[in-house]
Amino acid sequence: MSTAQQGARAARAGATPYLYLAPAVVLFTLFVAAPIGYTAYLSMRRVKFSGLGLGKNSRTEIFVGLDNYRAAVADGEFWAGWLRVLGYAGLVLTLMLGLALVFALLLDSARVRLARFSRIAIFLPYAVPGVVATLLWGFLYLPSLSPVHATLRAFGVENVDLLDPSTVLFSMVNVAIWGGTGFNMLVLYTQLRAIPRDYYEAARIDGASELAIALRVKVPMLAPALVLTTVFSIIATIQVFTEPMTLRPISNAVSSTWSPLMKVYTDAFVNGDLYSAAATSLVIALISVVPSLLFMRLVRRRAFGEER
Amino acid sequence: MRTKRLSAALSVLLAGALVAGCSSSPEEETPQETGPVELTFWTWAPNMDKIAAVWNEAHPDIKVTVSKQAGGDEAAAKFLTAAKAGNAPDLVQAEYQMLPSFVAAEAVADIKADVEGVRGEFSDGIWRLVTLGTDAVYGLPQDSGPMMLYYRQDLFARYGLEVPRTWEEYAAAARTVHARDKSVYLGGFSSKDPGWFAGLAQQAGGQWWSITGEAWQVGINDDATKKVADFWGGLAKEGVVDTQAPWTPEWNAALNGGKLLTWSSAVWGPGVLSSNAPDGKGKWAIAPLPQWSAGENHSGFWGGSSIAVSAGSKHRKAAAQFLSWLNTDAKAVDLLIKEAAIYPAAKSGQQLLTTAPEYFANQPDFWQQATTIAGTARGFTFGPNVNVAYGAYKDAFDKAVQQKSSFTDALAAVQDATVADMKKSGFTLAS
Repeated sequence: MSTAQQGARAARAGATPYLYLAPAVVLFTLFVAAPIGYTAYLSMRRVKFSGLGLGKNSRTEIFVGLDNYRAAVADGEFWAGWLRVLGYAGLVLTLMLGLALVFALLLDSARVRLARFSRIAIFLPYAVPGVVATLLWGFLYLPSLSPVHATLRAFGVENVDLLDPSTVLFSMVNVAIWGGTGFNMLVLYTQLRAIPRDYYEAARIDGASELAIALRVKVPMLAPALVLTTVFSIIATIQVFTEPMTLRPISNAVSSTWSPLMKVYTDAFVNGDLYSAAATSLVIALISVVPSLLFMRLVRRRAFGEER
Repeated sequence: MRTKRLSAALSVLLAGALVAGCSSSPEEETPQETGPVELTFWTWAPNMDKIAAVWNEAHPDIKVTVSKQAGGDEAAAKFLTAAKAGNAPDLVQAEYQMLPSFVAAEAVADIKADVEGVRGEFSDGIWRLVTLGTDAVYGLPQDSGPMMLYYRQDLFARYGLEVPRTWEEYAAAARTVHARDKSVYLGGFSSKDPGWFAGLAQQAGGQWWSITGEAWQVGINDDATKKVADFWGGLAKEGVVDTQAPWTPEWNAALNGGKLLTWSSAVWGPGVLSSNAPDGKGKWAIAPLPQWSAGENHSGFWGGSSIAVSAGSKHRKAAAQFLSWLNTDAKAVDLLIKEAAIYPAAKSGQQLLTTAPEYFANQPDFWQQATTIAGTARGFTFGPNVNVAYGAYKDAFDKAVQQKSSFTDALAAVQDATVADMKKSGFTLAS
């Protein structure tokens, strides 16, 4: 089709394509672009008091350029938070996705019993909101009320504090895995069901065992779904907030800046400094985008077969 | 083609609706000429809606609608955010320590001219908390929280303990009790309750903030407060006080099951004990806080709040009228005591407290005792960034409790964080 023809077509279509686009554009502008713009605006301002700050007109909002950003990246606690989150993300990603993969493969194998029940049972925790899940687990971690501690005692583990600095990370990871495995398992399982059975048949004729089929046929064919779940999980774990925030009141080991997002919350809603919070949240957004993009770049060709 | 046109029309409609939806906010500007003045009221006091209903009944021209809030630090943050967004309620409950930050954010109105008549109803100490030592009046006091020692009468008898009169005796008793039974503590240190620690600092004579001329002075790690921090730091290091986070099911179980023999708390304690430790009914009693030296008689405040009128309210006069009624009218204060279970700030209200709370049936003179103790409580001026100081307290003391490290260092960290924040915000600080 020549450009002239295309132009003619576009003219005939008139405003219609724009009208189709309008709802999406309007919604995007209102609920994504505008808030981000406002955040960027706030991030370059600060409240300045004079004197005691109590009289009239002793409070002014001033423009400070990139000062808030400088303060955000210069704060050691911010990077310490990233380090904690990195440890958390490493554990959650490997354990949760590993479990999800194992469960999906098991459910897909022909010989499993109670498949439907197991599928629902594994998925169900995903339907429990994060705050509720963390509260439930949090109470289980408290010694005098908890069957968890009773069980540990039965195995000879006495007086372990599940909420002290050396253990609280694992306690959080446990909540995340409990809540997240089901969803990832379901994504992988759905993808598995979409693979034509012929491949397995062919493999079996070639003498492959069930294990070999799982590892050498199923897993490679699952690659796109694995990429998807990994990217989602990276984003979710980097933004960890609910678990530490909910455990904080019952543990002495979770500071108000445990994760980067908690620092944003503390700045904005405890210290009343929306401006620093805005700057920090934009820095976090930037940092979160990078690993996701890197991962996508790394696996794109393999997983989606995008060859030029 | 028809479907195409239809969907085009739909998208126009949708876009139109969205645009209309976001441009139709400021329509409440016009004052209603008929109908009553409508006031919204954010509070966490229980049953406040019932009290407002009594007012509404008698005042058809001013209608108060209560919106129940969760208390705690988040309540202040929520109000400040709402005020910034221009959606603040007309009336807001503000803990005394949060009022200065509301004033600094220009979120509450000066109601001096509207409440002139009720000044005499409040003691000077309480009144200072709503004027912040300035000429303005930023709210009316509602309740106060003088601190006292709650103790298990029955278990004190069983362990052969005397009620400690000094902190020294308290420390000795703490060692005795814990030595007798490793699962039992005399009391606890809370790294989660900066307000509690502030009250103990007030008892010791600390002055966390003060105004000299036109400058703030921050003394969070003054000698008096250091003494308090050192005392608890020592006991925590020895392991003879409980350092678990309070307000958890675990803590409730300890309080309920006789694993904690005392609770240094405030006059609002009966409400907490009756719901969190129901089995202790008739077993707890109150006594003055232990003193720093024998023969002294001081206490501090933990909690207590005022009601302020937000700066954005269009009905300041009506709001102030309701406030004066709520906190000084005999009938209203009586309702506050009975329905909202508060210890009223108004002087006249304290005479209305006669029968001891049901939970303290074993101590018929509960209120006489409480009123005597309340007379010994001393407060201090709160600064404009109490939220920052309190946040820093939780982080620093959480860590100190965990690592059994120096409480005085933790206190210094709180002081530093508070001063740094005030400097950054531009407040003038006395050198």
